[in-house]
Parts: sequence; structure tokens; C-alpha cells
Amino acid sequence: MAEPRHEGGYKGYVITWVWLLVITMLEIAVVLVGLPKALLASLLLLMSLMKAALIIAYFMHLRYERVAFIYTVVAPMIVLAVVLFAFVAPDALHVFSSRR
Amino acid sequence: MAHSVSAEHNQGMAADWTGGQSPFGLNWPKVMMWLFLISDTLTFAGLLMGYGAMRLSLGTWPKQSDVFHLWLVGLMTFILICSSATMAIAVAAARLGDKRTVMRFVLLTVLGGAMFLGMQVYEWSNFIHEGARLFENPWGVPQFSATFFITTGFHGGHVTVGVIYLLITALRWARGSIQPESVEIAGLYWHFVDLVWVFIFTLLYLL
Repeated sequence: MAEPRHEGGYKGYVITWVWLLVITMLEIAVVLVGLPKALLASLLLLMSLMKAALIIAYFMHLRYERVAFIYTVVAPMIVLAVVLFAFVAPDALHVFSSRR
Repeated sequence: MAHSVSAEHNQGMAADWTGGQSPFGLNWPKVMMWLFLISDTLTFAGLLMGYGAMRLSLGTWPKQSDVFHLWLVGLMTFILICSSATMAIAVAAARLGDKRTVMRFVLLTVLGGAMFLGMQVYEWSNFIHEGARLFENPWGVPQFSATFFITTGFHGGHVTVGVIYLLITALRWARGSIQPESVEIAGLYWHFVDLVWVFIFTLLYLL
């Protein structure tokens, strides 16, 4: 992308705002349509990750910081999501299966 | 050419990680706010992961659309996203030196936050009137209302603190006692509150 390091005007924020609203409406639409549970869950998760990325990159300006700083912020979040899920989800499923 | 680019890159890496100067080329207040936000991510990740583990292990959960008013929650989400956008504009205006616009948009953000809180109070009181308590509720497993109250309560607490923080920022900006960067740091906190709501909205209300 050919954007300057520090964008001057407000246009980028308005575009981000519109996208956030569009994705939110899509989320609600997907729920109202009533899809199969697995498809619904993965679609919702994908869309919320997209919204999170938009907020962090543009509203919080992380995209315009140094690469080292981007890694410092994003790496713990990814590790958190992966590690917590990897350890907690099998445990929860185990509890569920032994309860029946 | 490629060699000199990578040498420059390595020098940049070294400059970013050595001591004796501002890390990452940022001032410390901004770095500290980011570090706080990372640790706060842990808090909410813990809450949401606990919810996920509970729901998976129980295997049963009330149907949210029977309990929550999706349109009310959608409106709350809409307002919070708008307030995040107005805050982003306030931060940009502060950088451009447009003092009037900063004031106007920070106060708009405060208004958005207050509206969000008002709607959350309405939602909570409705929920309680319908019989929900921290450890019991008429719709199913008791963990359902516990998760709702604790997670949205934590988030609402963050919004409340954010509204106070933004009011103080507006006051100090009006008195001319803070730099544009302070507005930006307040903005980081506010965007984080919006960021957390993205996941709460999706995981608690929609999924």
C-alpha cells in the first residue's frame, strides 16, 4: 500500500468505521439466517478477527509503528489465543465426554 | 542493494532493542499504555476462555436469541464503534493541531460511552427483572448468567473508567496542560474497550 507513514486526514478513519459497521451487520445477518453451527461459529470468529485487526491496525495506529513493536504487541496475543485454546479446549471436551 | 537493505534492517533491529534510548522510537507513556493493554488482554482472554471451557464441558447452553434482545445489543455495538471512530478523529485532530475539533470529538466520544453504559444498565435491569441472578437464572444452566454478569460487568467497568479518563483528558486539553500524545494514549485505551466488545458481542451474544 502506498500510504504515508502518518496519514494526514480523516478519510482513513471514516473508511475503517464504515467497514466495521458493515462487518457487524454481516455478523447479525449470519445469525438471523440460521446456518449450521460449525459454519456459523467459524464465520463469526473470522469476522470478529477481521474487526479486531481493523481496530488495532488503523484506529490504534499499530500499522504505522515499527515492525519490532508490532511483533511485541501481536505475538503475545497470538500465543495467548493458541496456547489457551490448545490446553483448555481438550480438557473441556474431556469433561463433557466423561459427564455423559 | 539487497545486502545494504538487510544491513539497514539489522541496524534498525539493534537500535530498537538496545537500552539507553526510547524503545521502539516511542515515548514511554505510549509504550506503557500498550503494555497495560496487553496485560488487560490477558484478563479478558481468561474470562472468555473460561466461558468457552464451561460451555464446551456443559454441552448445553440457553439459546441467546431467546434471552437477549439482539437489536438492543446491535445498537450498543453500533454506538461503541461510532464512539471509537470519533475518538480516532479526535486523535488525528490533536496531531494536526485543530484544537476545537479535538474538544468536540472527545466529548462526542464521551457521549457515546455514556449512551452505551445507559443501555447496559437497561439491559442488566431487564435481565434481573426477568429472574437472572449471579448463580441462577430461569433459562438453563446457572453458568449462563454468571458468565453474562461477570464478562459484561468487567467490560462495563472498563467503559466507565474510559468515560472518566476521557472527561479528564477533555478538561486537561481545554486547559492546555497536555500534549497531543496524551489524547492519543487515551484513544488507545478507548479503542481497546471497543476491541474487547467485538469479542464479547460475537462470543457471548451471537455464537
